[in-house]
Amino acid sequence: MNDWGYVALAWGVTAAVLVAYALWVILRGRAMSRRLPPEDRRWM
Amino acid sequence: MTSVPTATAPSAPDTAPTATGRIGTGSRGTRILGLVALVGIAVATYLALVSSPPDENMGDSVRIIYIHVPIVVVAYVGCLITTLGSVMVLWKKSVWWDVTAAASAEIAMVTTALTLVIGMAWARPTWGVWWVWDARLTSTAMLLLLLLGYLAVRRIPAETSTRSRRAAIVGVLLLPNVIVVNRSVTWWRSLHQDTTILNTLQPKIHDQMAFALYFAIPVALVMFAWLLVHRWRLAWMEQQLEDRELDQAISDRRAEAASGRAEDGPR
Amino acid sequence: MFRDALLVAGKDLRIELRSRIGINQILPFALLVLLLFAFALDPDSGVLDRATPGLFWLAVLFSALLAIQRAFAIEAADGNRDGLRLSGLDPAGIYLGKMAAIFTQLAVLELVLGVGVLVLYSAHVTGWVLMIATCVAATAGIAAAGTLYGVVAAGLRVRETLLPLLLLPVLSPVLIGSVRAFEAARNGNPGEGWPWVGLLTVFAVAYTIFGAFGFGPLLEES
Repeated sequence: MNDWGYVALAWGVTAAVLVAYALWVILRGRAMSRRLPPEDRRWM
Repeated sequence: MTSVPTATAPSAPDTAPTATGRIGTGSRGTRILGLVALVGIAVATYLALVSSPPDENMGDSVRIIYIHVPIVVVAYVGCLITTLGSVMVLWKKSVWWDVTAAASAEIAMVTTALTLVIGMAWARPTWGVWWVWDARLTSTAMLLLLLLGYLAVRRIPAETSTRSRRAAIVGVLLLPNVIVVNRSVTWWRSLHQDTTILNTLQPKIHDQMAFALYFAIPVALVMFAWLLVHRWRLAWMEQQLEDRELDQAISDRRAEAASGRAEDGPR
Repeated sequence: MFRDALLVAGKDLRIELRSRIGINQILPFALLVLLLFAFALDPDSGVLDRATPGLFWLAVLFSALLAIQRAFAIEAADGNRDGLRLSGLDPAGIYLGKMAAIFTQLAVLELVLGVGVLVLYSAHVTGWVLMIATCVAATAGIAAAGTLYGVVAAGLRVRETLLPLLLLPVLSPVLIGSVRAFEAARNGNPGEGWPWVGLLTVFAVAYTIFGAFGFGPLLEES
């Protein structure tokens, strides 16, 4: 594997992990707020 | 995203999204933040992968640095916020800071793990091995473990106030521990004169390369801010849900006692 | 505060003397670790010789985990923690007392382990002063940090897995420092070892101070 292969590995893993994590947070956030009454959903 | 998986809620009232009770963790602020982050990421990626030149010595593998440094900066900032938040929890008993510390720690953990992977992707073409026992990589591995420990404390089954306090003690020590571990490992490895990642980077850094690097750091921080806000709101809701379920369990228990069913004694 | 510390330390050590868990279980565990290292590293290949300082301190660390777990397990039984909190003893004193008790048990452990290493690994001892200073400083650090993180994990169902995860990364500088100091003592140039003893001392002092202050909030629970 040449240099670009490792560059792709580094950037690819980073992108995949961050996107997956962001999605997880957002989806779980929606699920959570559906389980709570409106007044409890936000800090303010 | 077409369908969103919803958890079944036995006792939650049937609610439609209203103005005050929005579904999810988004808001106008986060949409702006997210947009800025995306644009920044696009530009930074172009700079890193396309427009900047390959390094004289390292070739194209230098492009790994353009993502390595921003990610590690995010990890350190996350760590710092967690420690700061922990101090505030112990000092002012601030709930807001408690949630912040927890959210920040999780993001720091993800980015620290990423830093290790990126570091390994760098080590392989540069030195031919996946891992070297240099001070930076070793300290980063330790940082990951310290963060995992903190996150484990955050998940203990206990009352919120108990958990916050214990987590805060661990959190306050997070940054000092990182520093002490880093110092000892660096001192230890310096006895063997190992080259560190930064040593190999020392030859003059080209203007365009410097720009690609320094542009990426604020972009990463904007992305971190976006993640932090969302994760904060999620953590807040998780706590609300836990409190409600606890209240529910207590009132259920009382109802049982009142209706004269067999008691199993005080908890 | 010191009077309370002596009270708590005395209580813990008396419990230990009566139950003899340390002698019956933790000490054998430590010796067992030494044997396992010999199995893993083949005494004939010379690796065991070179690794002796490291193996000694690893055995100490793993045994310390057990000792600390035990120190807080005795509180968990029968609501002792509430008793401790309501007793009106100074939290810092309680902390110092528990730390002192753990320190004492570890010191005894290290003595026995030291003999074990001398005998089993045919180690040679030079640089006595450096080694003893290292032991004192390192053990103080282990006891200080161990008592603090021990109470964080105390009373939880997950404490057996949580304590190692919390404590071992924190103690890695102690491991690095104490092994390097021992190696310096063995190689006959103690000058290289004393700076590490300095690091160990700073670590121990810092954790003792923080622990004394941090114990209060941790003790106040519902």
